[in-house]
Amino acid sequence: MSAIAAPDRVAAHLNRGGRWRPFEIAFWLAIVALIFALPSRALLINEILLAGLFALSLDLVLGYAGIVSLGQAAFFGTGAYAAGIIATLGVAEPLIGLVLASVIAGLLGLITAPLLLRGSDLTRLMVTLGVALLLGELANRNEWITGGADGLSLAAKPVLGLFPIDFTGQRNASLYSLAVLFALFVAARRLVQSPFGLSVRALKENPLRANALGVSAARRLIAIYGIAAAYAGASGALVAQTTGLVSLDVFDFHRSADVMLMLIIGGPGYLYGGLIGAAFFIALKDGVASATPEYWEFWIGLPLVVLVLVGRERIGGFIARWARRAALLAMRGAA
Amino acid sequence: MLKTLLAVGVAASAIAASAALADDNTVTIGMILPMTGPSASTGKQEQAGAQLYIHEHGDTVAGKKIQLIVKDDTGAPDVTKRLAEELIGNDKAKVLIGFGLTPLALAVAPIATEAKVPEIVSAAGTAMITEKSPFIVRTSFTLPQAAEPMARWCLKNNIRKVATLVTDYGPGVDAEKWFSEPFVKGGGTVVEKIRVPLKNPDFAPFLQRVSDDKPDAVFVFVPSGFGAAFMKEFVDRGLDKSGIKLIGTGDVTDDDLLPSMGDAAIGAVTTHHYSAAHDSPENKAFVADFEKANNGMRPNFMAVGAYDGMALIYHALEATKGSTDGQALIDAMKGAKWTSPRGPVEIDPATRDIIQNIYVRKVEKVNGQLYNVEFDKIEAVKDPFKAAGN
Repeated sequence: MSAIAAPDRVAAHLNRGGRWRPFEIAFWLAIVALIFALPSRALLINEILLAGLFALSLDLVLGYAGIVSLGQAAFFGTGAYAAGIIATLGVAEPLIGLVLASVIAGLLGLITAPLLLRGSDLTRLMVTLGVALLLGELANRNEWITGGADGLSLAAKPVLGLFPIDFTGQRNASLYSLAVLFALFVAARRLVQSPFGLSVRALKENPLRANALGVSAARRLIAIYGIAAAYAGASGALVAQTTGLVSLDVFDFHRSADVMLMLIIGGPGYLYGGLIGAAFFIALKDGVASATPEYWEFWIGLPLVVLVLVGRERIGGFIARWARRAALLAMRGAA
Repeated sequence: MLKTLLAVGVAASAIAASAALADDNTVTIGMILPMTGPSASTGKQEQAGAQLYIHEHGDTVAGKKIQLIVKDDTGAPDVTKRLAEELIGNDKAKVLIGFGLTPLALAVAPIATEAKVPEIVSAAGTAMITEKSPFIVRTSFTLPQAAEPMARWCLKNNIRKVATLVTDYGPGVDAEKWFSEPFVKGGGTVVEKIRVPLKNPDFAPFLQRVSDDKPDAVFVFVPSGFGAAFMKEFVDRGLDKSGIKLIGTGDVTDDDLLPSMGDAAIGAVTTHHYSAAHDSPENKAFVADFEKANNGMRPNFMAVGAYDGMALIYHALEATKGSTDGQALIDAMKGAKWTSPRGPVEIDPATRDIIQNIYVRKVEKVNGQLYNVEFDKIEAVKDPFKAAGN
């Protein structure tokens, strides 16, 4: 193979990742089908989609850039409050609120990102956690604008003036969330396959070597952290708009912890990981919590521990392997 | 491809499986509570209270069968709201009950209004909740209702210098305001107003400040379930031996935790609407049945709130002859009067808030166990917040 052909081969290899595979198309169509097939569960599906978007944000930070964050709720909460406050100020169109809220969250990400450049994973855990705690207390103190512990109610107007997303339009709400999720997902997909995305991944795999190749770590990490913050902000804003309220718990530690669980269940460093993890976690939680509202945490904890012990692997891979083994056994039984 | 489809399939079937159905002759009551997290004790007491009522009075009213569905909102308002919408939309719930904290009750208010489904607040105690929807009725209490009588009692008993210590959220602010204002107006002095964060409260530094001020008494409000942590610090800082009297609304000497608080709690004077030691035949039966059904757990004011919430629903269904029309139920609830384990109660037709006696109690040892023993009462107290024209 000649030296001239090498860049072409690299380009071909890189482009292959960008092609849409049939299963991806099936995945998105399946979600649309679910929304129409289960109108009574539209709210739950909406919750899953928004948690999926939040997990996607953490995936960019953790899965691709390798920044361990326990404070992603800082941006989720900022987005939620920004959307809530914008709506109470009289900006009726949810899309404008959504864009502004994610820009604000993104800016906050850019401002706080330099704090993460020094120190180890443990320092980063503490810093991200600290930022979320700070913002939570700020929201608690500034009751005049956030409503304090009583929360903030907002009446989201119909999207584009046509589609109500409140109590009367539950399906619209989940379609609205799906549309935003899909758009942001496509953007993230392009992002991680772009030269920028690849260099971020290189930084995660081997920071020393990436630096030696001339990849500037600081600017890339700040940029990806800011983008992920904007994603988290968008998910917070959508939660605020589709549920019609914001309260202090948007900054809670459990938000950051739950989203990390979802991502780890689904598999970090894999864009669908967060979505699958969110679907699995929330559907399981809802099912178990309906059956035993008092002790559901036990029945959630158990499969999680098993999952981690059996192999720190994506839930999808786990099920597929199990299905293959079952099929194999069935074939043997038949033979 | 296969694995992704499988994952989607698993999620879909889990979603579909959790939808439930109800038939015409059943009245479904949706109960939403924090069953896990820091307010789990509220959820546990409330659920047990509601179930005890159904157990004692049968599950059939006016020819309809009562079905109670309990859901855990983990204390997060967006979950409360989703559960409320699903209970009304999918399970056809005709009444909602529960709501452990103020933001959780507020989250459901617009749905109650829109769907015309009565929302019975059997726990949360911030005064303005009932004003957020014409479909909200309360069977618990309001903080102003419990705090204001304490101010009167202090003035009568020559307690002139008080420091207040409350949890920094809606009910705490209510308690602080409705204790201090009448107290200062009556000639008392509030030497310091301290607010403690709701999450992970560390009472030690705050109690040190109280100890330095040397007031006659310290007025305390902490949410149900937090009293034991407070009492421990109170003893650790030596305040129990400093001559500073412990007063407050009954939340701090909550019956659920009182048995485990230790003798330091003895002598604490509180004003509240319910004590497990309330001397009436209704209460004796209630406490005995409750303890029997729940492994000896003592009922607190949360359990009574839910028990009375169910009593109110039964009353309303009887009045409407089984009709579950939301407006008709609310109309039947307004002005309802009955004898609760806490004493005589009435739903104020004007505000849909509860009118009840507020008792002055002192922690004493009865048969080796700590109880809030009532020694004085103020009859038929209306919520002072609304009486003041708010």
